[in-house]
Amino acid sequence: MSATVLPEMELTQARAEALLRQMLRIRRFEEKCAELYSATKIRGFLHLYIGQEAIAAGVIGALGPEDAIVATYREHGHALVRGIPARTVMAEMYGKRTGCSRGRGGSMHLFDAERRFFGGHAIVGGGLPLASGLALADRLKGRKAVTACFFGEGAAAEGEFHETLNLSALWKLPVLFLCENNLYGMGTALDRATSEPNIHRHAAAYRIPAQTVDGMDILAVEAATRKARAHIESQGGPYFLELSTYRFRAHSMFDPELYRDRSEVESWKAKGPIVRFKSLISESGLLGESVVRRLDAEVCAEIEDAVIYAESSEWEPADEMLADVYRKGGDSP
Amino acid sequence: MSRTCTYREAVRMALRDALGTDPRVFLMGEDVGRYGGAYAVSRGLLAEFGPERVRDTPLSESAFVGAGIGAALGGMRPIVEIMTVNFSLLAMDQIVNSAALLHHMSGGQFAVPLVLRMATGAGKQLAAQHSHSLENWFAHVPGLKVACPATVTDARHLLGLALEDPNPVLLFEHVMLYNREEVLVEEAPDLKSAVVRREGKDVSIVTYGGSLPKASEAAEVLSSEGIDAEVIDLRWLRPLDVDTLVRSVAKTHRVVLVDEGWKAGSMAAEICAQLVERAFFELDAPIRRVCTDEVPIPYPAHLEQAVLPSTAKVVGATREVLGRG
Repeated sequence: MSATVLPEMELTQARAEALLRQMLRIRRFEEKCAELYSATKIRGFLHLYIGQEAIAAGVIGALGPEDAIVATYREHGHALVRGIPARTVMAEMYGKRTGCSRGRGGSMHLFDAERRFFGGHAIVGGGLPLASGLALADRLKGRKAVTACFFGEGAAAEGEFHETLNLSALWKLPVLFLCENNLYGMGTALDRATSEPNIHRHAAAYRIPAQTVDGMDILAVEAATRKARAHIESQGGPYFLELSTYRFRAHSMFDPELYRDRSEVESWKAKGPIVRFKSLISESGLLGESVVRRLDAEVCAEIEDAVIYAESSEWEPADEMLADVYRKGGDSP
Repeated sequence: MSRTCTYREAVRMALRDALGTDPRVFLMGEDVGRYGGAYAVSRGLLAEFGPERVRDTPLSESAFVGAGIGAALGGMRPIVEIMTVNFSLLAMDQIVNSAALLHHMSGGQFAVPLVLRMATGAGKQLAAQHSHSLENWFAHVPGLKVACPATVTDARHLLGLALEDPNPVLLFEHVMLYNREEVLVEEAPDLKSAVVRREGKDVSIVTYGGSLPKASEAAEVLSSEGIDAEVIDLRWLRPLDVDTLVRSVAKTHRVVLVDEGWKAGSMAAEICAQLVERAFFELDAPIRRVCTDEVPIPYPAHLEQAVLPSTAKVVGATREVLGRG
């Protein structure tokens, strides 16, 4: 990705199809995951991204292959859009050896070295310092790349958030901070957890250029990402996007959702990213209903194939796992 | 060729060597640059290598340790100095949840070739919050390696070994060692295993890091009483070289462990358990531990010395193990 890419891009048919496909892939993949969880094929924590698809699809679509990605435990969507095959993501959900982390990480710890996908971090705020280090390495090695660091608004109350913003601004590191503000840190509403709930203002306090984006509008997300990335390339320092969004499903499969009203959830669903984008493309006549149906069918087929792959994959033998705590090499014991 | 130098100078030589030979290496931490290091270890390195490679950080242990992890993932060979182990508690999440786990949790995709150096230990009247010995906390965690250079020669050569390792290696430098002057062996010895610092046949005194001088002095005192003590320096706390200990116990049949950590849950406790598992029938007497008393380290010199392991305590414990108490 170079600085010559314009922030605004024409919405062609092909591009509209690509954007919708990515959002549908996330949606259908996760719906299948919820089903498989009930069927006890997937266990442990499962944090669904449904409702937030426009962010992963919009941001990652605007990154280059040289860019690095650091994500959270709600990262199935980010992994899929980045190009980690649905097969290996699903196998990871099952804990199979063919999974993208060899089955050892599960839902919360998806990794892919080849695609510069650095996880999959399940301690809130824990990925931020690591992102600043990846950016530092890129700069020290003279590589033109940006590290995209995703986190939720809950992270803004963590010390690691503030430490990393300060360090990245101070050292002018090429980090794109992406705060997915879905309004709830597990069951605690943002205004019950933060004295300044406008998260982008925290970034501004560290002199990081920051803006808010409608995270339900994939075109707005994409445009903001291009602009932010171009800014990082030309100015060198970090950039901060606060993307407002909403999680339609519970925090995890254990969450009884006692902390918010159904009506609130329903009102957000009505303005969800896929509904919204579909109405945009149908009103503009860009993609017809038949194209949307075809896309959906293709995506569903991809997910079914991923499930078959995961089902038929093998488990890692326990002795292989034990031998792999340390990377071999060097002369140390 | 051999000459003498201080432990501090030995660490500095190792840093200079690493920075001078590998462009991937850089040093970062609080006050490592302009100030020259809280213990003056890195003095002069900023002038020699410049601010990109000798980086002063804000007081943000979690951020700069995490940045070290990220930089390691990105192909660099960072040396991160945490001023003292006491402050490492602020970076525990990054060390334990990221550095230690990433390789295994990613299915072997991401190794973290990070070196973390920190000062440790008591003895300078710095009171409870600045006198911890928490090496065992880190040695508890699979995925980390932990070494404690106890001599000038080890301090000079362990850093290079740590940098070659593709895994996170923590180096603990005891604050009471920095001013010690000893013969430096320029040629790197084999640093992979525990080392017998003094051969003996009557009892094995096992220790590491800042307690080695106390154990060695105790062995000399005991020698004058006709007790021939073997002194073993563990060198690595993880992985632990139990084989060397078992060989020694098979010869001496008696063990005293010297460890500046608090006794409960200490390295000494782990070693004791390993020896009971692997050398129980070699033992002619119960194992004795000389550790720090279970109390926050006090400020006044006489109280601080009272709670820490000392040469006298090691001598006393060894006599008891030999039935000469």
